[in-house]
Amino acid sequence: MKRLRQIAIGVLALIFAVSLFANFVAPAPYAMQFRDFVSSPASRHFLLGTDELGRDRWSRLLYGTRISLLLAPAAALLSTIMAVLIGGIAGYLGGWWDRIVLRIIDIFLSIPWLFLFLIVRAMLPLNTPPLESVVLTFSVMGLLGWAAPARIIRAGAQSLRNSDLVLHARACGCRGLRLLLVHIAPNLKPVVWAQFWIAVPTFILGEASLGLIGLGVAEPLPSWGNLLRELANPQVLMSNPWVLAPLGVLVVVVSCFQFLLPQKEFAQ
Amino acid sequence: MKRLLLSFAFAAASLMAQWGGELRFCLRSEPKTFHPLQVEDDASETVRYLTGGVLIRVNRLTQALEPELATSWKITQHGTAIVFQLRHNVTFSDGTPFTAEDVAFTMRALMDPALHSATGDAFRSGSGEVRTMVAADDRVTIVFPAPVAGLERLFDQVPMLSSRSPQKDMAVAGPFVLDKYTPGYEVLLKRNSHYWKTDATGRRLPYLDAIRLEIQQNREIEVARFQRGELHLINSIEPEVFHRLSAQTPSLVYDAGPSLESEMMWFNQNPSAAIPDYKKAWFRSKIFRRAISASINRADMCRVIYFGHAQPATGPISPANRFWYRAPSKPQAYNPAEARQRLLQDGFHLEDGALHDREGHPVEFSLVTNAGNKVRERMAAMIQQDLEAIGIKVNVVTLDFRSLIERISQNFRYEACLLGLTNYDLDPNSQMNVWLSSASNHQWYPSQAQPATVWEAEIDRLMRAQASTVVREKRKQYFDKVQEIVSDEAPFLYLVTKNSLSALSPKLLNASPAMIRPQAYWNAENLILSPAQLASNVR
Repeated sequence: MKRLRQIAIGVLALIFAVSLFANFVAPAPYAMQFRDFVSSPASRHFLLGTDELGRDRWSRLLYGTRISLLLAPAAALLSTIMAVLIGGIAGYLGGWWDRIVLRIIDIFLSIPWLFLFLIVRAMLPLNTPPLESVVLTFSVMGLLGWAAPARIIRAGAQSLRNSDLVLHARACGCRGLRLLLVHIAPNLKPVVWAQFWIAVPTFILGEASLGLIGLGVAEPLPSWGNLLRELANPQVLMSNPWVLAPLGVLVVVVSCFQFLLPQKEFAQ
Repeated sequence: MKRLLLSFAFAAASLMAQWGGELRFCLRSEPKTFHPLQVEDDASETVRYLTGGVLIRVNRLTQALEPELATSWKITQHGTAIVFQLRHNVTFSDGTPFTAEDVAFTMRALMDPALHSATGDAFRSGSGEVRTMVAADDRVTIVFPAPVAGLERLFDQVPMLSSRSPQKDMAVAGPFVLDKYTPGYEVLLKRNSHYWKTDATGRRLPYLDAIRLEIQQNREIEVARFQRGELHLINSIEPEVFHRLSAQTPSLVYDAGPSLESEMMWFNQNPSAAIPDYKKAWFRSKIFRRAISASINRADMCRVIYFGHAQPATGPISPANRFWYRAPSKPQAYNPAEARQRLLQDGFHLEDGALHDREGHPVEFSLVTNAGNKVRERMAAMIQQDLEAIGIKVNVVTLDFRSLIERISQNFRYEACLLGLTNYDLDPNSQMNVWLSSASNHQWYPSQAQPATVWEAEIDRLMRAQASTVVREKRKQYFDKVQEIVSDEAPFLYLVTKNSLSALSPKLLNASPAMIRPQAYWNAENLILSPAQLASNVR
């Protein structure tokens, strides 16, 4: 398992590095339309062929990977911090506070994400540049995605609050913030880490789903979401198998993220 | 020669044809009504077309008027009345006879304000009642309070109702009759055994026993089922699907040439819109609009997005509309260099490759279109790159359709919009709600109290003049001027006119897709289902 984890880190680091230096590695700008080479097959000039507007798929995959790989962890971090603050404190305090937070979590979990996202997207200013728009997209996902991890973190905090170790600390006179930061928070770390690593691929897939219905990252910026839209047509898949490349990278990255979780945290 | 061969093919097919068979194709939504006078949606229109018997029919291939339940007609009293001579020995699907009383009954129902019929609205020409006078069983006169432009063509949309039938609007005089409707699943039409038309050999039409209209919203499923042979036709297909099918089996697909559908973009010129004043000034500038228009490579759009199955659009009327189309005297050519030059002469200037106006604002605007429409998203991306070449930055925003409509018709919080336009009617009178400055669909600045510009006032005058004139040629002169003004002022930037694309099973004989709706089944009573080999020989 340790070896697999090392391989996963290596693969992720490689993908991160290549996508980070996309400006130097990509043979063409991601938005450049080679209109005389539309839907070209893979060749020496276009490693993964071109899309329906003649844009180089390899270049778009590199830039798209950078966007998805940088912003998905950022969104996951945002939602995990919110989950820790809301769920962790609710579990620690208990009582009325806990009950109110639980109801809010239930409400958030019952909201249909897609429709909420449609409303939020419709309310955004139209003249938002593509890069800001993609940041906003992931921010919205991060802000809306805290409820599920908050419930788990709350449960963890609640069980710790009633555990022998906290009882012992209280008996020794430890109270308030010190109890929370010194005795509860370190013991919640594995749960929080697990929630973070689970959230990263969730947001990547979330953006991909939005991209599939045309509501993800704005043109001409590439992301895994809008690159995966080509897969919506199974006939294209048969004739142009290289359109599978973004899916392949997505599967590899999501799998690698799963291997990043230590065995101990899996068990927990 | 082509028509002669086609006629020969029809005749040969008729001779060899057998009665029977069930034609299957898809409706893309649930029909909202089966009342023929209340139809407003595509699915209901399909049912109405296949079941309704009308007095006059527009031949979808030639666009000429043809007698149906009326053998002849004459417009009198300076365009305020129409006299119909009716066909004898015609009965409705329930066996009740068709007479002049039924025409009077239908017109009363159509013009009843309580019915709220969109079809009826087209006949409202002024204040006062529409009167119907029955002179004999086979002769009827309809009198309108004021002249109605293009009157006789409007009867193509009015299926006759039976005044004597206990079934009322369910008794039809068209080739098929509604047999069964399973909500969410299908509409089954069966052959109307009382249909009046016969073929050259005296055989009563239609040839088909039934038409099964399956309700299917998913276009990919529809195509897959067509390829498996479970459907016999797809009335209108996307260029991408057409391209794919034609690569696999060229004999399955049919390109009938330019349709009445076009794609266009426009700028928000509403003075109350929540956009900066300097942008409003750009959008109101004819030089700016024409420069944008000249910088968009329409030929590339047709080639790349439509795989060659579209034409660069030249104006509000498609070349498919043979009578009303007017080729522009100065067609918009793709010339970004000239466009940039004109902008520079108009006070714009370039800074590091980016265009700025005379006050120093960078020229940048957002272009909204509906999410999920791949063709429009690609067009927007192409516009983005084309305009980048002259230093203009475009932010493409895809919105769900409801939000988009709210922005362009209610709160006007948008800068430019890319959408499609479908003309169902050949007559420009149906576009009054677009061209009049007071109209709600006057998209660039709707519902104006007074025309905002001199040229909009002139369009108002010309549209009203053509609507109150009965002589078709005179009307065309007026509408030609409207087309010229629109071409010159460019309130709408017409981008492409889509071709009418359909897919037909080799088993379907006598099909001859037209440019206008309903493209593939406009001659449903003549369609025949036959073995594949015979079909391929005939086609």
